Amino acid sequence: MTIDTVDRAESSPDVSQPYADLGLKDDEYARIHEILGRRPTSSELAMYSVMWSEHCSYKSSKVHLRLFGEKKPETDALLVGIGENAGVVDIGDGWAVTFKVESHNHPSYVEPYQGAATGIGGIVRDILSMGARPIAVMDPLRFGPLDAPDTARVLPGVVAGIGGYGNCLGLPNIGGEVIFDPSYAGNPLVNALCVGAMRHEDIHLASAKGVGNLVVLYGARTGGDGIGGVSVLASETFDAEGSAKRPSVQVGDPFMEKLLIEATLEVLHAGLVEGIQDLGGAGISCATSELASNGEGGMHVWLDRVLLRDPTLSPEEILMSESQERMCAIVRPDRINDFLARCAKWEVEAVVIGEVTDSGRLTIDWHGERIVDVPPRTVAHEGPVYQRPFARPSSQDALQADGPGRLARPSTPEEIRAAVLALVGSANLASKSWVTSQYDRYVLGNTVLAQPEDSGMVRVDEVTGRGVAVSTDCNGRFAKLDPYAGAQLALAESYRNVSVTGATPLAVTNCLNFGSPEDPGVMWQFAEAVRGLADGCLELGIPVTGGNVSFYNQTGDVAILPTPVVGVLGVIDDVTRRTPMSWRNAGDSIYLLGDTRDEFGGSEWAHLQGHLGGVPPRVDLGQERALSRVLVDGSQSGVIRAAHDVSDGGVAQALVEMALRSGTGADVSIPESIEPFVFCCSESAARAIIVIRPDQESALLALCNDSAVPVMRIGTVTTDAHLTFGSFGFPLDELRRVHESPIPAALAG
Amino acid sequence: MKIGVVTFPGSLDDRDAARAVRIAGGEAVALWHGDDDLHGVDAVVLPGGFSYGDYLRCGAIARFAPIMQQVVDGARGGMPVLGICNGFQILCESHLLPGALTRNDHLHFICRDQRLRIENTTSAWTTSFAAGQEIVIPLKNGEGGFVADDATLDALEGEGRVIARYLEINPNGSRRDIAGICNERGNVVGLMPHPEHAVESLTGPTTDGLGFFTSVLSMVGSSR
Repeated sequence: MTIDTVDRAESSPDVSQPYADLGLKDDEYARIHEILGRRPTSSELAMYSVMWSEHCSYKSSKVHLRLFGEKKPETDALLVGIGENAGVVDIGDGWAVTFKVESHNHPSYVEPYQGAATGIGGIVRDILSMGARPIAVMDPLRFGPLDAPDTARVLPGVVAGIGGYGNCLGLPNIGGEVIFDPSYAGNPLVNALCVGAMRHEDIHLASAKGVGNLVVLYGARTGGDGIGGVSVLASETFDAEGSAKRPSVQVGDPFMEKLLIEATLEVLHAGLVEGIQDLGGAGISCATSELASNGEGGMHVWLDRVLLRDPTLSPEEILMSESQERMCAIVRPDRINDFLARCAKWEVEAVVIGEVTDSGRLTIDWHGERIVDVPPRTVAHEGPVYQRPFARPSSQDALQADGPGRLARPSTPEEIRAAVLALVGSANLASKSWVTSQYDRYVLGNTVLAQPEDSGMVRVDEVTGRGVAVSTDCNGRFAKLDPYAGAQLALAESYRNVSVTGATPLAVTNCLNFGSPEDPGVMWQFAEAVRGLADGCLELGIPVTGGNVSFYNQTGDVAILPTPVVGVLGVIDDVTRRTPMSWRNAGDSIYLLGDTRDEFGGSEWAHLQGHLGGVPPRVDLGQERALSRVLVDGSQSGVIRAAHDVSDGGVAQALVEMALRSGTGADVSIPESIEPFVFCCSESAARAIIVIRPDQESALLALCNDSAVPVMRIGTVTTDAHLTFGSFGFPLDELRRVHESPIPAALAG
Repeated sequence: MKIGVVTFPGSLDDRDAARAVRIAGGEAVALWHGDDDLHGVDAVVLPGGFSYGDYLRCGAIARFAPIMQQVVDGARGGMPVLGICNGFQILCESHLLPGALTRNDHLHFICRDQRLRIENTTSAWTTSFAAGQEIVIPLKNGEGGFVADDATLDALEGEGRVIARYLEINPNGSRRDIAGICNERGNVVGLMPHPEHAVESLTGPTTDGLGFFTSVLSMVGSSR
């Protein structure tokens, strides 16, 4: 096998290179020529192609994502902002928290178990590389229709993969979403969120500082998995002596990841690490170029020192391999023995593969021959940037004009009862316990709230009780009808879900799942969603700390519903005062906070009628802020005993969820002033149901009055197992059966 | 009194077990799998998790860890040992307890708040409970189905060595609804559900799990 060295590249300028097969455009290839002053070596070509890919370079989204920085609200909470592996926020008492959500959509469709498993692994390493101990995970998931044959393949595999990896890693899975829509049938969304905690002084960054410091690769050995398209470079090795071709979906080893977590935290806390980076997409190419680019600007790597699972791998494949469970650390020479000894204690292999230089170049040798010599910034940070054309689709007007008003509406008590029951048993609103019971929510012993509560909440400080709450949300139908408003509604719901637990919302992460950026209509959806989210965060006063963009989620020409998943993190000074979602005491009073309007565009009810059209519920972020204030103040003062967000399915669905969670019922009266069906099933935003002791009414009214939040008493908690709405009602047994059976029934076997 | 909690590579609930020991009033001592010294502890907990990844049979590799020889010797000498979940699997692999834990009959990992009936209140780890007491503690496993041949099961039942039984549902296909057993002497207990996750009302479904830890503390205390 001939190695394509820098010398060879200089002496053979006319060699034809398969850049197009690697996804590089003509002008991108020309730019590499210009940067290097010669043709790239095949190793360099491999690095540029993967680092300039959409996934790594954000070349289509960059110009829009800048808005998150430009519209960043004034905040003291942000310790590390966008651009690092994950943002870091100050939660008080010297504690910092980092959190981020990422997509693993395409691998999970190809190979559901491993795709989902390695999605968890990747996001956990992002959090770890900031210096934090990972403390919880969550998974926003979206699939095709529950009864579609392929869903029975994809969903159980994804869930088993998340459980198989996360459970073995020892991280509680505290929430997320499971949503079904035909648009995800050929393109499920598997997003993974991880949250980690650390002391302020433990924050670490991905930079290679200090000339002469050593570059250590540690963790799993490098294998041929996940090398995908790069195999065209190594086509000459498709012979008996060549490396075995592995699937392009990586395979996870959660046991190794667990050891990697413990070893990494040990070397970080011992003060042995100058800079650290995880290896994910683009593997060694990404880690070395980013570390060098963020640091002194130079690095030299002896690539043949990399420990391999398959000794026949070519240098190009080693550079591109996406083998899991690997990390890269920058360590001072006088500390290297201590570092290696601690890795050995955890039975984690580690090897010095390079050193930090001030050459301004990333140079890589393979058995003494120079195969890479590039300015690292051009690989890691100065990739192409596209101003993709975007345009509001001509069909958008017709979509918005076709409102749900034309649908036949339930009006009699019997009809409304049937509509509520249909919602309770619909795939999107049914109990997800078949999924979540496959996840360990108890490990680490700090889980205060987990699904089906509105947010997951974990204790961070066992002495003071300080903790964090996290929720992820998105209604893709709202985003389809109006991407700007839809993104804000996702933000508002997540913000509300954190607030109902009594935590104060602090920061935002997002996973922007969209179709092809080459489709101007999709690009418009994306641009609008980013603008909506940036404006919304500014108005709510909580910054975006980081996130992820996933494009090309489509089957043929048909894109998924635009799905900007928003994660909000909140802080609570004492988790013992968290507000649960449901009532416990008969005789307590139930109130609805916020205004209910006739809003069914994009609603769950319209979805069940097979309709998607009109406009989504009105966004009023000022009102969301006011509601949040009431919920948090009401928690702090002890007025509110339970609180639950009103969103998908409306007030009736929220009350059903509360009753099933509690096991006791309630008598609810539908106010005269409002159409009963609208009261039960409208999805107006900025609302919550709360429960108080009857003698706390004046305190509640004062709270609501102070913040100008509409409040209405709607019922009383009872001792019997019925939920009644005046002229109709339900035994809880019936609700439970209808709510809990759909998902197990569809996935049985 | 000191209760050691062993950390194997892949142990996950070791911090939780140590916390439970502390809340019950004991001193938790971290023990390392590669160490061959019990550091003077009075009892040992083998915590839940996936030791060595459990890619082979669960607990099959942990059994050979250097610390396990000390644990086995101690157990044979009467030292109280509690194996929770993966720890139960390790005790079976070490032949300190009979039977084996197999893949759940429904083939899924399951995490739920599980009702149990305490069947034995004389073992080192169950004296704090009343006979027939029902408790609710978390259960979470993928390979929790307890199996043994009929003769062994009959012997366990006959000798009162079934510690706890599943009520309401059998979550993993365990024979005769067995959730936990002990050895002849009653000092070694294996339990599939997780008492260490039910020691604070804030984070657990109940505080019923504390009884396992207070039991051994009272016993170890009285022997001094």
